[in-house]
Amino acid sequence: MTGPFQIEYAGSADTSAQVPATPRNVPNRGGPVNPSATDLRAKFAAAIRRVDVVWNETNVYVAPEAALDIIRWLHDDPSQRYDYLADITAVEYRDLEQPVEVVWHLRSLPYRRFLRVKAQLTKNRPLEIPSVWSIYKSADWLERECYDMFGIKFVGHPDLRRILMWEQYREGFPLRKDFPLRGRFSRAEQLRQALAANPEARYSMEELSIADAFEDLPTDMRQRLRGGERTGE
Amino acid sequence: MGLTPRPEHRVVEYDPSSQEGWVATRLDFLVNWGRANSLWPMPFGTACCAIEFMATAASRFDLARFGMERMSFSPRQADVLICAGRVPFKLAPVIRRIWQQMAQPKWAISMGACASSGGMFDNYAVVQGIDTIIPVDVYVPGCPPRPEGLMYGIMMLQEKVKRERMNDETLRNEMEPDPNSQLWIPAPTIDELSEPFGNSVHQTRSGL
Repeated sequence: MTGPFQIEYAGSADTSAQVPATPRNVPNRGGPVNPSATDLRAKFAAAIRRVDVVWNETNVYVAPEAALDIIRWLHDDPSQRYDYLADITAVEYRDLEQPVEVVWHLRSLPYRRFLRVKAQLTKNRPLEIPSVWSIYKSADWLERECYDMFGIKFVGHPDLRRILMWEQYREGFPLRKDFPLRGRFSRAEQLRQALAANPEARYSMEELSIADAFEDLPTDMRQRLRGGERTGE
Repeated sequence: MGLTPRPEHRVVEYDPSSQEGWVATRLDFLVNWGRANSLWPMPFGTACCAIEFMATAASRFDLARFGMERMSFSPRQADVLICAGRVPFKLAPVIRRIWQQMAQPKWAISMGACASSGGMFDNYAVVQGIDTIIPVDVYVPGCPPRPEGLMYGIMMLQEKVKRERMNDETLRNEMEPDPNSQLWIPAPTIDELSEPFGNSVHQTRSGL
C-alpha cells in the first residue's frame, strides 16, 4: 500500500492502460473480462461460483463465507488495489425462490478497474454476511442502510442499527418483496408512532443548550443575564 | 385565475347591528393590515417545491412585495410556516415541534401536492398530508406549484388574515401537545433551552 497522503492518479499503476474513451456498441453479454476476475479464479478457485460480463462490467459470484477474504485480497494485493468501495446493496428477486444477493461495487483507482462482487444468500437460513467494515470504513453507513432496507445482518459491523428509518421502526424491512408498499400498519398508527418518536433522542440536551455557551459570552451580557434580564421579551 | 376578476377584499367592516364598538373594528383593521403585509415566512423546504419557493423569493417574482422578504430561519420569529415538499414520517415530529415553537399569531401554507396529500408518494415512508400533523391555512396545488401559484396562495392567506376578528374565540385556539407524549416539553425546560434569546412560551399573544 502507498502512504496515506500520496496522491494516486487514476490508472497510474497500469502502465499499459490506454486512455479511457466512451464505450460504444457495448454488447449486453460477453466482452472483455476484468483481469481481476481471472486472478480471482486462480487464487480462490473453490469460492468463485460464476463470472459474468454484462454491459462491459464484470460480475463475480462468490461464496458468502469467502466474501470477506476475497474482498480483503482485492483491497490489499498490489496487483489489484481496489481502494474504493463505491456501494453495498442487495437484490431480492420477484421469484421468491431465488436467493437474496448482496452486491459490492469495488473500484480500483490505480488500475482503473470496476468489479461487481455478488454473494447469494439462501432464504432458508438467516441472512448473514461478514462485514467489510474492517477493510473499508465507508462500509459503515452502506451496511447500515442495507440492513435497514433488507434486514441483512453484517456480522462484525461495529454499530449495526437502522439509518434511514427511525430506530423504533417496527414494520419490517421496506425493500423486501414481502413488504407491502404502504407499510404494515394503518396510516393512523404510523403517524402515532412517528410523532411519539423523539427527534432529539440522538443528541444530548446539553449539546443543544445555548445555556452552555454562557461562559463564552461577553462580561456585560453575562452580568445582565445574571441580573435576570432577558432579551427578546 | 387571470381571466375572471377576483372579488373585492372583504376586509373588516363596521356592522352597526353587532355588539362590537367602532374602535375595536378599526383596531382590527389596523392590526390585520400590519400583519398581512409583514408575514415572515419560516421556510420548511424538503424537496423540489423548495426550489420553486426560492424562485418566488428571488428577484424575478420578488416575495418582498408582500412584505415576506425576510426569511425567518428561527421558528420563534416566524409568522407563517411554508412547508414546501414531502414530509417523511421521520420528519413528522420535527415539523410538529417547529410549529409548536412558533409564536402566535401563526399560519401555515402547505405548498405542493406532496405536502398537501402525500402526492405520488403513497408509500410507507411519507406523511399523507401535513394537515395530519399541524393545522394548515392554505393549500397550494401543483407539482411543484409555479411561483405565481404560491403567490396566489400567499394572497389568499393575506385575505384570511385581513378578515380576522379580535373577538373570535376560536381564532387562537391552539392544540396543546399531550403531556404524556414524548413531544411535550415543560415550559421551564423550554425556557432553559432558549436562553438567552427568549422563547415562545412567553411570547404567546392569544386573542391578539
